[in-house]
Amino acid sequence: MAALAQPLARRSTASPMLRFLSRLFREKPLGAAGGIVFVLFLLIGLFADLLAPYGANQINPINRLKPPSSMFLFGTDNLGRDVLSRCIYGARLSVIIGFCAAGLATLISVAIGIVTGYLGGKVDLIAQRFVDAWQSFPDLVVLIVVVSVVGPGMPQIIVTLGLLLGVAGSRIIRSAVISVREHMYVHAAQSIGASTARILWRHILPNVLAPIVVLFTTRVGAVILIESALSFLGLGVPPPAPTWGGMLSGSGRAFMFHGPWLALAPGLCLTIVVYAINVFGDALRDLFDPRMRGSR
Amino acid sequence: MQAYIVRRLLALIPALFFASVIVFVTVRLIPGSVIDLMLSQNDISADKLSREQLIAALGLDRPIWEQYARWMGGILLAGDFGRSLWGNTPVAELLLARLPVTFELGLMALVVALAVAIPIGAYSAMRQDTAGDYLGRSFSILMLAVPSFWMGTMVMVFPSVWWGWSPEVKFVPFRQDPLHNLSQMILPAIILGTSLSAVTMRLTRTMMLEVLRQDYIRTAWAKGLTEKLVVARHALRNALIPVVTLIGLQAPLLIGGAVIMEQIFVIPGMGLLLLDAVNQRDYPIITGVFLIVGVAVMMINLLVDLSYGMLDPKVRYR
Repeated sequence: MAALAQPLARRSTASPMLRFLSRLFREKPLGAAGGIVFVLFLLIGLFADLLAPYGANQINPINRLKPPSSMFLFGTDNLGRDVLSRCIYGARLSVIIGFCAAGLATLISVAIGIVTGYLGGKVDLIAQRFVDAWQSFPDLVVLIVVVSVVGPGMPQIIVTLGLLLGVAGSRIIRSAVISVREHMYVHAAQSIGASTARILWRHILPNVLAPIVVLFTTRVGAVILIESALSFLGLGVPPPAPTWGGMLSGSGRAFMFHGPWLALAPGLCLTIVVYAINVFGDALRDLFDPRMRGSR
Repeated sequence: MQAYIVRRLLALIPALFFASVIVFVTVRLIPGSVIDLMLSQNDISADKLSREQLIAALGLDRPIWEQYARWMGGILLAGDFGRSLWGNTPVAELLLARLPVTFELGLMALVVALAVAIPIGAYSAMRQDTAGDYLGRSFSILMLAVPSFWMGTMVMVFPSVWWGWSPEVKFVPFRQDPLHNLSQMILPAIILGTSLSAVTMRLTRTMMLEVLRQDYIRTAWAKGLTEKLVVARHALRNALIPVVTLIGLQAPLLIGGAVIMEQIFVIPGMGLLLLDAVNQRDYPIITGVFLIVGVAVMMINLLVDLSYGMLDPKVRYR
């Protein structure tokens, strides 16, 4: 009997995180690879100072527009700045903007989604009409307008993107809350007289954590893409900050015809990181919620 | 069906109201420093405006509710969006000139997106878990990640470096020379369309997989229909109903993408108008474009919902 109980006990003590990771690697190898790239990207952003061979804005007039070589792996731009170093520092900006804006967006989505989903009724009706109106505006157009009003800069972009994606994402959390709110344990909590705040915090929130994690992950990718589009239009973090989108725009564009490598590296970085985050997010969603498998 | 249309139209009123408030409040956030900036920029132009004139031109000297009422009243009653601060042209005129260009680009991109997405999505579902399916799915996830502005940049740079060819940047209006115009628009439409196709492709595949397992599909096979008939007449028609809704949801992405394509390929549509207005801080134009874009997306969604009602009998008879 004791011998039988032992393996069971050992199994249950394995950390849920480790169990989840082993499932991720076993069932979703592509998603796991995406997760690894995601973590690598985060580390590169954090340790950009140590990893970049040159400074992000270190001008080197002798080595202007040099093609990729062992000295400059991704070549140099029109001012002789090392493209690889700029891409590495660009990862830092993307990490900061991506995580801050996605974090803010998720917080807003959760706040709106939980309250409107749980309360329902008129509050929900009015809030949903507002979300309808909000979603009618293309993110990029709103950002362009807001930047025209408050000026370009990292804090403005983070707050605006957080608000934009936060309100839009509230629908996903709301629908998860609506299905959770009908569960027996919520009715039980209501019948013993638990306060709304307590029910939301102790019973609803822990049960919608899975969509929250997925929402956050996919939002990081979305933020990075939108921010780079804004920088591309010259309205993102102002130069000489090495943003990936910014490297593809502005004065650099004129020199791409002489140095086509300038057009490659930042776009590749963007594509790889966003691709990795997307497949990672997909895998997380599939593992958390088998019903949504394969859907968008 | 009539009740459905009426219900949809009624729901549009609060949404339009909220949209106008969002536009109004966002642009009214103008801090003083921006007025100074506008002043310093206006100094260079021919028609000098004093600070008071500028504030009056923006209507900032009145209480906020009155500003809103005047602004909305002007638009609703007289189609008056105000005048450009620089050229003094009526904003409505500028909007009318630019709207068809963006509409054309958006429509072409949408056609490309559907032409790419539906066949590949349907094929992926019909041949689930084969090499073709994996290829189609990988393509769609990749398209979600490749930024359209990067694709646009590469299309401008590499053909020029390799073959000395680059897309023409002098815009020819459709009315002047339709063929020439279409040949100019096709490249940005393809780039925008393929990047939009990813989500549609995935949804088509998911819906097809679901529909292909239904009893009526089994019946169609049992009757001895060919694969072509089963797919075209029975499966695809049912699978595409949710895909139609997605078109409405993608309208903001389409317009956002059009801004970028217009910038890269120098197409004088709403996006370029907005970007130029932002550079010159011409707020009446910015407000006008912002509002029109929001209203356009709502109208597209209304049309989508109405066509949904026609496509799906369950909605029609509710």
